[in-house]
Amino acid sequence: MERYVLRLFVAGQTQSSLQARHNLDRICADHLKGKCDITVTDIFEDSDLAEAPKVLATPTLIKEWPAPLRRIIGDLSDTQKVLAALSLIPPAPAT
Amino acid sequence: MPHSTTEKQSLEKLATGIPGYDELSHGGLPKGRTTLLGGTAGSGKTIFAVQFLVEGITRHNEGGVFVTFEESPEDIRKNVGGFGWDIAAWEKAGRWVFVDASPQPGDGTIVTGDFDLTALVTRIERAAKKIGAQRVSVDSLGALFTQIQDDALLRREMHRLSAALKDHGLTTVMTAERTKEYGDISRFGIEEFVADNVTILRNVLSEEKRRRTVEILKYRGSNHQEGEYPFTVLSERGLVALPLSAIQLKQKSSVVRVTSGNPELDAMCGGGFFRDSIILLSGATGTGKTLVTTQFIEGGAKKGERGLLFEFEESREQLFRNATGWGTDFERMEKEGMLKVVCEYPEVSSLESHLLRMKDLIDEFKPSRIAIDSLSALERVAPVKGFREFVISLTSFIKHQETVGLFTATTPTLVGGTSVTEAHISTLTDSIILLRYVELRGEMHRGLMVLKMRGSPHNKAIREFTIDGTGMHIGEPFRDVSGILAGNVHQVRPAGVIHGQL
Repeated sequence: MERYVLRLFVAGQTQSSLQARHNLDRICADHLKGKCDITVTDIFEDSDLAEAPKVLATPTLIKEWPAPLRRIIGDLSDTQKVLAALSLIPPAPAT
Repeated sequence: MPHSTTEKQSLEKLATGIPGYDELSHGGLPKGRTTLLGGTAGSGKTIFAVQFLVEGITRHNEGGVFVTFEESPEDIRKNVGGFGWDIAAWEKAGRWVFVDASPQPGDGTIVTGDFDLTALVTRIERAAKKIGAQRVSVDSLGALFTQIQDDALLRREMHRLSAALKDHGLTTVMTAERTKEYGDISRFGIEEFVADNVTILRNVLSEEKRRRTVEILKYRGSNHQEGEYPFTVLSERGLVALPLSAIQLKQKSSVVRVTSGNPELDAMCGGGFFRDSIILLSGATGTGKTLVTTQFIEGGAKKGERGLLFEFEESREQLFRNATGWGTDFERMEKEGMLKVVCEYPEVSSLESHLLRMKDLIDEFKPSRIAIDSLSALERVAPVKGFREFVISLTSFIKHQETVGLFTATTPTLVGGTSVTEAHISTLTDSIILLRYVELRGEMHRGLMVLKMRGSPHNKAIREFTIDGTGMHIGEPFRDVSGILAGNVHQVRPAGVIHGQL
C-alpha cells in the first residue's frame, strides 16, 4: 500500500478539531496500517499555511498524496465517507 | 438588536469614492459595520467592492482586504486594470491583501461531520492585522454558498464573521447575488444578519434600453436619499452614480441678461436671455433651429463669451458648412478658443455616459454658453424616466456654472404640434421659443414665438421670420390669422389687429 500524505487543518482545541484529530488517527491505524504522514496545522498558530490551499473550513483534511488531491471538511466522524474520499472503498451510490 | 436613536448624530462614515453614492448615503458606508450589496449578475457588485478599497488606499491611507469566493485574484487584478487601478502595486506596498477563497478546478468538497468557517474568519482577521486594514470587501456570498451547501451553517458563520469584523472595527462590503431585479434582497436569506445596511445595484431592461441604478434600501442610524438613482461604469473611473433629484433644487437665478445673438429676438425676450437660464427651442426640421443655435454661439463669441456646442444631429462638416452659409466662421472661432464643437452620434453611448462626458467637457472648457442640438436625438437612447433625469441633472449642472443653455427639440410634424421632448422637459426649462411653419394662401412661411420667459415680460406675438445669406430676420406679427400653434391656420376678421411691438 502507498504511503498517504495528509494535512489536517484545525482551529485550536475546539470540539470538532479534537474530534477530527482523533478520527484521523483511528482511520490511519485501522484502514491504512499506519502508513500515513499526517501534518496537523493549527490555523490560530500559523494561518499563513492556510493561504495556499485556500482553506475556509475547519477542520479540513487535504489528501496530498496519492493523487488526486482531495479536500474533506468536517470532523471526519462519517467514516464511510472519509474512506470513500480517500479512495479506500468505492464511493457510496448516490441516494 | 437594540438601536438607540442617538446613533443618528454619532454615526461615522467612510467614503466609498463612488461619485454620487457618497452623496446619496450622506457620506458613505457606516464605519465598523457591514453593508450588504445585492445585485444580479453583471450589475457591478465587484467593481463597487474593489472601488471601496481603492478609495481607502488612494485617498485615506487605509489598507484594504479583498476576500474573493468567486474570481481568482489574478482575474480581479486584470479585470479592474482598465479603471487605472494597479492592485499588484498596492499589494507590494502592503496596502492591499487578497484572501483567496476562490474555488479550484476539480475541487469537490466532501463533508464528513461538523465544521465551521474559523479558518476563513482567522485568515481575514490576520490579513487585516498584517497591513493595518480599515476596509474589507467580501465578494461574493453567492459563490461561497455554492462551495459549501449548508445554508443554515453559512448563515450562522456569516453572522460570526460580521461580528468578528465589527469587533475589529472593520468597515465591510459583502456582495450577494440576486436572481431577480425586484424581490428578495438575496437568494440566501443572509439579509437577516446584515440587515442594518443594504444597497442594491440593478441592471434593468426598460423600454428596450439598459438602465443601471443604485438604491440604498436600508441604512440603520442614518438618513439617506431614497429611491433608485442611475449610475454608469466608466473606464478610468469605475462606478459613477448620478444623484439627480438630490441636487436639483439648489439653483440660483440671475437677472443678468445675455444676447441671443439676434437683436430682434433679444427684444422679444425683454432684453435677451437670462444668464443662468435654460432655453428650449422647438421646431420641425428645417424651421431654423440650427441657425438660431449658430447665431446664439456667434453672438456670445462677439462679446467674448466662450461657447460649447454639442451637435447630435449633423456632422461637423455639415454644421460648419451651414454656418459659413450664414456668414459665421466656426473654424476661426475654434482656433481662437472661443468655441468648441463636439459632434457625436447619440447611439455611441448610454445617456449616463453622455451626461458625464458633457459635464467633463463643461468643466474643462468653462464655456459661458452651451448649446445642444438636439435633445430629441438624445432621447432616442434612453427610457422616458432616464431622459427626464438626464435633463434635470444637465440643466442644474449648467445653471451652477453661471452659464446660459440653449437646447433644441425637433417636433415630429411639420406644422403645429409639440415634440415628445418638450412634453417631458418643458417644465424644467426657463424659456421656450417655438419655430413653426405657417401655411398662408398656398405658401409656407416661418413663424417664431416666445412662449415662455420665466421672470420677465416678453412679446407674445407670433412673428414671421425669414432666412437668407446673412442669417435670420424677424419681421412683423402674422395678422388676421389664427390657429398657427395648432397647425390649423385660418383667417380671422381684419378688425382684430394683433400688436406685435413691445
